[in-house]
This record gives sequence, structure tokens and C-alpha cells, in this order.
Amino acid sequence: MDPILLAVQALNGLQLGVLLFLVAAGLTLVFGIMDFINLAHGVQYMLGAYFAATLTGWTGSFLLGAALALPAAAAAGLLLERLVLRHFYDRDHLDQVLATFGVIYFVNEGVRLLWGPAPLSFQVPAAIDFSVELFGGATYPAYRLAIIAAGLVVAAGLFLLVRGTRFGMLVRAGADNPRMLQSLGVDIRRLFMLVVALGAMLAGFAGLMAGPLLSVQPGMGDGVLILAFVVIVTGGLGSIEGALLGALLVGLVDTLGRSFLTDLLRLVLAPATANEVGPALASMLIYVVMAVVLVVRPTGLIPAKRAS
Amino acid sequence: MSRALPKGSRLRAELLPLLLFAALAAAPFIAEALGEGFYVKQLARVMIFAIAALALDLVLGIGGMVSFGHAAFIGVGAYTVGIMAEHGIVSGFAQWPLAIAFSGLAALMIGALSLRTSGVYFIMITLAFAQMLYYTATSLSRYGGDDGLTIWDRSAFAGLLDLSDSHVFYGVVWLVLLAAYLFLRRVARSRFGRVIAGCRENERRMQAIGYDTYRYKLAAFTLSGALAGLAGVLLANHTEFVSPAYMAWTRSGELIVMLVIGGLGSLHGAILGAIVFLMLEELLAGLTEHWMLVMGPLVILIVRYARGGLVRLLPGGRAGPS
Repeated sequence: MDPILLAVQALNGLQLGVLLFLVAAGLTLVFGIMDFINLAHGVQYMLGAYFAATLTGWTGSFLLGAALALPAAAAAGLLLERLVLRHFYDRDHLDQVLATFGVIYFVNEGVRLLWGPAPLSFQVPAAIDFSVELFGGATYPAYRLAIIAAGLVVAAGLFLLVRGTRFGMLVRAGADNPRMLQSLGVDIRRLFMLVVALGAMLAGFAGLMAGPLLSVQPGMGDGVLILAFVVIVTGGLGSIEGALLGALLVGLVDTLGRSFLTDLLRLVLAPATANEVGPALASMLIYVVMAVVLVVRPTGLIPAKRAS
Repeated sequence: MSRALPKGSRLRAELLPLLLFAALAAAPFIAEALGEGFYVKQLARVMIFAIAALALDLVLGIGGMVSFGHAAFIGVGAYTVGIMAEHGIVSGFAQWPLAIAFSGLAALMIGALSLRTSGVYFIMITLAFAQMLYYTATSLSRYGGDDGLTIWDRSAFAGLLDLSDSHVFYGVVWLVLLAAYLFLRRVARSRFGRVIAGCRENERRMQAIGYDTYRYKLAAFTLSGALAGLAGVLLANHTEFVSPAYMAWTRSGELIVMLVIGGLGSLHGAILGAIVFLMLEELLAGLTEHWMLVMGPLVILIVRYARGGLVRLLPGGRAGPS
């Protein structure tokens, strides 16, 4: 196995993991506090990318576009909470799933109507569009390194927010026992609105960073949403540490599996068979990991402590 | 519960399913008489999804297990037919049982893992495993990968049935739907069905009185997956094509929407829901290419305001078989 390729793919895996964490964090926080399952969270990722692409086009600056896209994504989250989510807090999970499923239909189609079905052009900002030399002559795009760095900074900030501030204390208390928190006089609905907005902003941030690498198109959030589910099921529902661990695990396993599994299989299987089985198996790998975690620890790697 | 009802409302409860099946039986004749033969094909498709919705009703409506991955079992059934046909095995006597067995097996494996959890975990895990099968299908480059696989011959039944005749095919689908409905009604009213329904009401209590609820739920999930696979067999024959799109997660979502529109747990509500949902889709798609813009909010409103589904609104609707 080529060590350079391994290093490059490990970085790619880390980058995917960071993006997945940003999406999964909002999902798991919202679930932790309100016991609410929000399928429309993937839509926020898509909106982040669309807002940033459009605003970057208008302002001519990626940084400015991104800076404006974040509050726009948060506003979209608040609007969604106001119009739809809040009417389903007291409902069972089935109703929540269906209502937010309806939201996905609407927003995906709305985006198709407004921006057209074709992928949007969203370039890597020119100032950072170069490659960095790693070691042994390997190069790696600086933009991808920037994603990893930015993602890790935001993740650290999120941990500080949740662990070290009054807002974070309320969030943790809400995840622990929302009724008790409410009895203590905390406006839990307002808290939830803030968490939804925060989650929407984080997912939007992931979307706007991934935008230049992937194609910005309607429905781009759907696949990410399901990966985020795998992440939080693996990591432990409602736990932000679990989301981080799960995201890195899923990101690395998926990326490394896709690049090396076929080669590994060639060691034990006939090349033709390996070529056929490899890609199929690689695409199943993260679900296998999820299944194994479920068998060993049904509540995930780092479950949140919940008083039920 | 239907046993406890007064005679009149019990009769009415039987009336709706009877009317549904009579209408579906009469539909092709009416369509032909009006010169709209196209609708025969459309209605066959509707009935195929009604079979899948029925299968889902067993686990979701009666058993309370929110499976968000049932499209995967349709896909396994359809792919079994497609792959066998690709290798020249077109006999329905081989294709159909094997397809049902494979989709049942897939449901058994996915259920065995997913049923270790419940609630939101269960929803997300069934969704994730269905997505796994979806991606597996897209990576089957030998069988068309992303593009799917054309089926050149519909299942053959040794000259007994000619499925390429649209009316014969319609009749077969109608019979399968009827058989599935009657079978599930028996299941729902059996001791097994009542245990499953008991798990929805209060699983702990069922465990306390000595039922190994995991096994009952797994059996129901497997049965449901196998039946969804049969719907997949019919779908593959109907479209003469299989593709990963059959397993798309939105399909699983749509199956749940059909159930909720029709009414959970009543079985005939699943058929009604499939008819209404797919007709509505057809209607909206005819009006505007952006029909999802209307369907999305409609789903939200239905979930918010129309709890219990259509069967609640129709006379005698409250009396489901469970």
C-alpha cells in the first residue's frame, strides 16, 4: 500500500468526517433536547451551499458570501421551526418524520424552481486554490486542508459552547431532563429555537464548505442526512462527543474503504472477483461498522445519559 | 376489536374493502369502454404499491415499528427477477419463490439487527440499511449499476399465464392484492397478530406476560419484507426494468405517507392510501412539473390535521381488523 496515497486518503476521510460532524451535531442536539427527529436537517446543508454560491456570485468574494450565508441559513432554520417543526413537538416520531419528509419535498423542489435543476457553479476561492506539499512529493489541495482546519475550529468552538457557557449548560440540562428544566423556569421553546438555528447554521456551514468540491444541486442534502444518521446511531444519539467520534469513524472508514478495499481483496481473491466485489463491499462498509456497533453497544459508542 | 362492534357497523366495515376490490376489478372494463386503455397499466402500478403498503401496514400500522426502509425489500424482489432474467431464467415458478425468499431473508437480517433497538433508532437504522442496499445496487456494474437493468421477458408460467397481456397481468396483480389483503387480515386477527398489536400498545407488558416480543416482531418484519418483495416481483414485471431508484429512500417515505393518508393498521386503509397518493401524484404531475411543491405541504397538512387517515372519515371506517 502506497504510504502517500494512504496519507492523502486519510486526509480526505478526515475532511468528510469533519463535514459529517457539523451536520450530525445539529441533528443530535435537536434530538437530545426535544426528542425531535428532523429529516429536514439535510435541507439546511443544501441551503447553506446554495446561499453561499449565490451570495459569492453577487459579492464576488467567497469570504463575504460565506459570512452572509451563515445568518441566512440560521434564518431559514428559524423559519422552518416557526412554520413546521413547532407544531410537531408533541407528536410521535412517525408524525415528525413525515412532516419533515414533506419539508424535504417542498424545499428540494423549491430550490429546483428558483435555481434550476442544473448544478450551480461554485468555485474554490482563487486565493486558496493551490496545492500544499505534504511529504515525499505528495501534494494536497489547500482548500481541503482549510475545510479540515475550519471544521475542527468550529467543532472546538461548539464544545466550548456546550461545555463552558450558560447556554451550553441549558442545552445539556435540556438533553438530560427537559421537563425539569422547564419547571425551573427556563423557556424551553426559546432554547429549542436557538438550538435549531445553531444546528441549521452548522449544517449550512458544512454545505457551503463542501459546495466547491461537490456539485451544488437540488437534493444534495439527502445523502448527507442519511450518513449523518449513521454517524449518530454509531456515536450515540443525543451526544455531541458521540457525534464527533462517529463522524470521524464514518468519514475514515468510507473513504479508506473505497480506495483500498479492492486492493486488499486482491490479496485473497482472484483479481476479477475482487474488482467486482470490492466496490460493492466498500459502499457497504460504514453500514457494517454501524451494525457491529449496534450488536456490541446498542446505544452507540458514547451514548448521552438520559433520564427517561 | 371488530367482534365487539354492533352488527351494523361491522357490516359497514366489510363494505369498504368489498367496494374497493369491486371497483378495482371493474376498472379495466370501464377504462376499455371509455377507450382509455392506458389507465389499466396505471392502475396495475397503483395496486402493486398497494401490496407494498399492505406489507408495511403489518409492521407499522399493526406492530408500531416505523420502518423507513421498506422500499429496499421491493428492490430485492425486483432485482432477483431482473438478475435471473438476465441469466436466462424466466420461469416464474423459479423467479417468484426465490425473490420472495431473498427479500424475506434481507428483512430477517435487517430486522434482526434493527429490532435490537426501538423508537428513533429503529427509524434511522432501517433507513440506513435500506440505503446500504441502494448503494449496493448502484455498484452492481454487471447488472446495469446506476442505469438499471432492462428485463426482456416477463416471468413465464409454462404457458399457463401470459403476463405480457396487460389484462392478464392486471388480473394477476388484483388477485395477489386480494390474497395479500385476506392473508394479512387473518394474520391480524390471529393470536400472532394480536401479540404484534400488543407490542405496539405496550411492549413491556407483553414481555411481562411472557411473550418473547423480539421474536414476534422479527417474524412480522420478515413476513412484511417478503410480501414487499412480492410487490417488487410484480413491479419488475410491470415496468420490465429494475433500477436502484426502486430502493430510493424517498420511496420508503412515500409508502409511509400512503399508509398515513389511508389510515394506519386497518389494512384496507393501506390500499386506499396507495390509490389516493398515486392518483394525486399523477394529477399534480399533470398540472405542473413542480408537483412536489404542492405534495410536500400537503403531506405536512395531512399529518397535522388528518390523524387516522381516510378510513376514519368514511362510514364504518373505525372498525379495522386489528
